[in-house]
Amino acid sequence: MKKGYFGKFGGQFVPELLMPPLLELEEAMEKIMKSNEFQQEFTRLLKDFVGRPTALTHCANISRELGFNLWLKREDLAHTGAHKVNNTVGQALLTKMMGKPMLLAETGAGQHGVATATAAALLDLDCEIYMGALDVKRQSHNVRRMELLGAKCVPVESGTQTLKDAINAALRKWISAQQTTHYCFGTAAGPHPFPLLVREFQSVIGREAKAQFKEKTGELPYMVVACVGGGSNAIGMFHEFVQETSVKIVGVEAAGTGEPGCTNSAPINLGTPGVLHGMNTLLLQSEEGQILPSHSIAAGLDYPGVGPEHVHLHDIGRAQYGTVNDHQAMNAFQMLCKKEGILPALESSHAVAWVLENRKSIPKEANVIVNLSGRGDKDMDILEDYLANHAK
Amino acid sequence: MSITKLADKINEAKAQGRTALIPFLPGGYPDREQFWKEILELDENGADVIEIGMPFSDPVADGPVVEAASLKCLADGIDLKWILAGLSDHRAKIRAGILLMGYYNPVLQYGLEKFAKDAREAGVNGLIIADLPYEEGVEFRELLAKYDIALIPLVGLNTKPERMDLYAKDGNGFCYYVSVLGTTGDRDSLPEEIKAGLKQAQEIFDIPVALGFGLKNPSQLESLEGLVDGAVFGSALIRHIDEGKSSAEFMKVWK
Repeated sequence: MKKGYFGKFGGQFVPELLMPPLLELEEAMEKIMKSNEFQQEFTRLLKDFVGRPTALTHCANISRELGFNLWLKREDLAHTGAHKVNNTVGQALLTKMMGKPMLLAETGAGQHGVATATAAALLDLDCEIYMGALDVKRQSHNVRRMELLGAKCVPVESGTQTLKDAINAALRKWISAQQTTHYCFGTAAGPHPFPLLVREFQSVIGREAKAQFKEKTGELPYMVVACVGGGSNAIGMFHEFVQETSVKIVGVEAAGTGEPGCTNSAPINLGTPGVLHGMNTLLLQSEEGQILPSHSIAAGLDYPGVGPEHVHLHDIGRAQYGTVNDHQAMNAFQMLCKKEGILPALESSHAVAWVLENRKSIPKEANVIVNLSGRGDKDMDILEDYLANHAK
Repeated sequence: MSITKLADKINEAKAQGRTALIPFLPGGYPDREQFWKEILELDENGADVIEIGMPFSDPVADGPVVEAASLKCLADGIDLKWILAGLSDHRAKIRAGILLMGYYNPVLQYGLEKFAKDAREAGVNGLIIADLPYEEGVEFRELLAKYDIALIPLVGLNTKPERMDLYAKDGNGFCYYVSVLGTTGDRDSLPEEIKAGLKQAQEIFDIPVALGFGLKNPSQLESLEGLVDGAVFGSALIRHIDEGKSSAEFMKVWK
């Protein structure tokens, strides 16, 4: 396979001025990340700071209704409230060991921004976060958190003012600040080596889930399910199970408001091949190759592209990718709150919703693990608006 | 027209003891009609090569001026078909070499072979794809060469000699040296280390070396004598046009 590719997808489609820091990062992954010093410190931070291992929770009440077993891998219990922190602690530690004093990041829902600011504070790094101006408004709580953690949050006014524009702005900044700065990319997408780097740090999710499930049941699960925006929580869960061919793998994309032709965030289901943000992947785009706006009620899924490894897993038939709309996600959100006492992120609610919507196709007594990628506290404003506008 | 035309154009200027002038304007800017008038005016007023931008929704290598201009063109419905069709209509009247600059995805969606063929027929001499580094551009470079279109290498302050060697091996047209570690957009001064970088590029490439990104006025080139064969300017020209001034007036300052 060509370097930096997953089958036909991936690559390094960046301005030449970004090739040196990408090559430097590849070298750091080879030399620093493989060292005992890095691995020991990373493991310690995951345990003592992030709070790993996170729990694997059996949802007894919902399982009774479904007739099969729903389990949740509880990334909402990780420090800062989402899986993002696994990656940012890893990249911040790498940055420190590379001798760079500053972290740069983009964020959509704000969770990656908060997690980056947190890791930067812990490891005494300066931190600058780019966030679409629209996301700044809909995730204002997270903006305040980033600022409290000492990061500078820069609203991006160009384009659609969402995650894709924040990535553009962060890449531009990285071109000029590469000598002192590491770009802490937030998902398993972008130019090589980011899809590999982020997967490496997030694969702890699947490793733990597999070990925990085996300990409880002595078996492998029937199915693992995760929501997919850029796809970092999903690839983190899936990676450990890709070689376990008996385990079904399901990624869930956001279908937006759901009606045919609506703006969505489902490039694997509704996109076409193209190049954006340094990677060859599936994209929401016009026939002329202009990137189309995306939409999901979950800001963290609101992205017109997807990590290249997911496209490959889809291409070779190893994983299935379904869609869930805003309304279905909201129903799942409410069900999990009321029946299990867990308030999930709207992103994760898409994964839970897929299981609820597809319950008839899942065998009785099967074990399904959903990666609950984060908690929903950040989404309270959106939830209240939605419930007020959709009250029966 | 041949693949060497861009190099010839720049070398002609060099032989006349001057730096070749390479103005940049996004296709369809400031509007559909005025754009071709500006191109003809640039040509009549001393442009050796004209760089036409192919607007893209997510121009990562561009600064705010070029980005805003490109997004306006997209909002006006400009696409590659419009640019190539207009170029076919006007090419016979343009003396300068023609270069298209843009990002990979619109070209990919157009179809690489079809693009090369149509661009050739429209009289395009060279292409800059800002997000296509050497490794990803190997096959496209070969395809373009079949149609006598140069894929211009972009290098800069952080490009090590071994990577310049890669580009120089297959380089044609000219080497585009990016003056700053940053995006397009004029700046008041250029970094001091640029001299060493340009000297290195002149030694490694056997094609002319043009300087772009950050150029605002000819005085910036004064200390770079002998190191720069061509000068590319975009943001300064866009701003000048935005102020309602003519391209001819802009070129006068540089001639």
